[in-house]
Amino acid sequence: MGPQPAVTDLDQLKGHPAIAKLLAWNSAVVEGAKFDREEVTVSLERSAIRDACVLLRDDPDCPFNYLADLTCVDWFPAEPRFEVVYHLLSIPKKERVRLKVRLDGGSPSLDSVTPVWPAANYFEREVFDLFGVRFAGHPYLRRLLMPEDWEGHPLRKDYPVEGFR
Amino acid sequence: MAHLAPTPVEPGQDRTMILNMGPHHPSTHGVLRLILEIDGENIVRIMPDIGYLHTGIEKTCEAKFYQQVVPLTDRIDYLCPLTNNLCYVLAVEKLLGLEIPPKAQWMRVMLNELTRINSHLVWLGTHALDIGAMTVFLYCFREREDILRLFEMVSGQRMMTSYFRIGGLALEPPLGFFEKVRDFARRFPSKVDEYENLLTGNPIWGMRTKGVARITAEDAVALGASGPTLRGSGVDFDLRRDMPYSGYENFKFKVPVSQDGDVFARYICRVQELRESIAIVQQAVEGMPEGAIKADAPKVVLPDREKMKTQMEALIYHFKIITEGFAVPEGEVYQAVESPRGEMGYYVVSDGTAKPYRVHMRAACLANLQLLPLMCEGRLLADVVAAIGSIDIVLGEIDR
Repeated sequence: MGPQPAVTDLDQLKGHPAIAKLLAWNSAVVEGAKFDREEVTVSLERSAIRDACVLLRDDPDCPFNYLADLTCVDWFPAEPRFEVVYHLLSIPKKERVRLKVRLDGGSPSLDSVTPVWPAANYFEREVFDLFGVRFAGHPYLRRLLMPEDWEGHPLRKDYPVEGFR
Repeated sequence: MAHLAPTPVEPGQDRTMILNMGPHHPSTHGVLRLILEIDGENIVRIMPDIGYLHTGIEKTCEAKFYQQVVPLTDRIDYLCPLTNNLCYVLAVEKLLGLEIPPKAQWMRVMLNELTRINSHLVWLGTHALDIGAMTVFLYCFREREDILRLFEMVSGQRMMTSYFRIGGLALEPPLGFFEKVRDFARRFPSKVDEYENLLTGNPIWGMRTKGVARITAEDAVALGASGPTLRGSGVDFDLRRDMPYSGYENFKFKVPVSQDGDVFARYICRVQELRESIAIVQQAVEGMPEGAIKADAPKVVLPDREKMKTQMEALIYHFKIITEGFAVPEGEVYQAVESPRGEMGYYVVSDGTAKPYRVHMRAACLANLQLLPLMCEGRLLADVVAAIGSIDIVLGEIDR
């Protein structure tokens, strides 16, 4: 019982199509990679996310053409505080990969991937709404679930479960 | 892409009118508000406004023990509670590295397919009702009642089942349960014929659905559509077959795909899925393995009542699980299952404690709803109702 230990050595992980592609493109933006519980995670530099997504989407061998999910994790009080998580799926090759970008807590922002996959539209609005992460280049970055005039971002860890009273 | 954001109306261009549809509108299946800009009967723009049913369930999950989250997952998508249960427990089991005994896996597959039938029946009945075919609704709810009785028999609850637990199932299925399932599986295919007799060849149904709200395969993939909405546009992808989980690789079934991308195509895909699902239920009930229904993991799985009353260790484990939960090793997992509406995904992050650090639900409907403007703009107001029905939305899942 119990999970296998995670593999974090980049050399051992080069066989995965997404990691190979990203390393061949620009190995400087790959901050790390992990193979844990049958899932591949690649940490990327903040500025590279949109280009990396275009690269993975248009890869002729293993096109990650589907953005399955986009969300965020708040590691408050650690810094960098936010981790924006992308779950990509290749429908033709039936492969998944998870991309991660770390953001500082001050005024977290990064490039939107809505121009790459329009599917990101609602997902990014939701992350903006609940975490306060801004996506540069999003066509309509408004609150999605909470009321327009709501104060604060409820899924942040410094936001109490029962709300402010 | 123009449909992602509203564009301001130029002054003087006031041919159009803003119409508010919902949040309380019978065809929105919950509380979906649509802001429509119409020119006569034609839709110029359409903006879904969601969040009326937001309960902050992801935040609530962070304050609960892992096992306490299971009943919360029922309430996300109230038409397929067992699919939600399954997705969450699979994610946590993957974090823990638990082996699930075959009987529990087969039971999960069987109940999951019954849930799919249940959900599709509600969809078919209400979708037809929205478009104007009254009778189908009554027929569908007749069979749905049989399925809810099966759920009640096995879990004690008709809708909020919470029957799948981390490590296995809550209870042994009761005596006589499999006979009831077998009986239902024998009767059901002829009922699907009844629904199809009412709709598939019906010229009025055809006029309201064929060629309406068309979506190309490229758009469906780019906008994150999944499930029958994706397969109705000709993309042959089903997680049960292509990335199997919980023992789906042991079952034989076809994945219905239609090339047309319209409301009728999505209807055909779902109706065919009813037949495939009942075939899976039949295979599961005939080949049901014998054995345990819970994993051998005393620190995670609650002991049997009998053991708890006779063995000291079992009582201690029970007390500890209930009062302080169980620690889950650090890590993160994204588990996706094919729900009746598409790819339902749970992203669970553990920081090594007994409470999940983050639980995120990837709602199939949220992504599917993004197709609505593309489906409706340039078409008639009456087609909006058909389009909403065809993506089978459940607002509980969208708003969470």
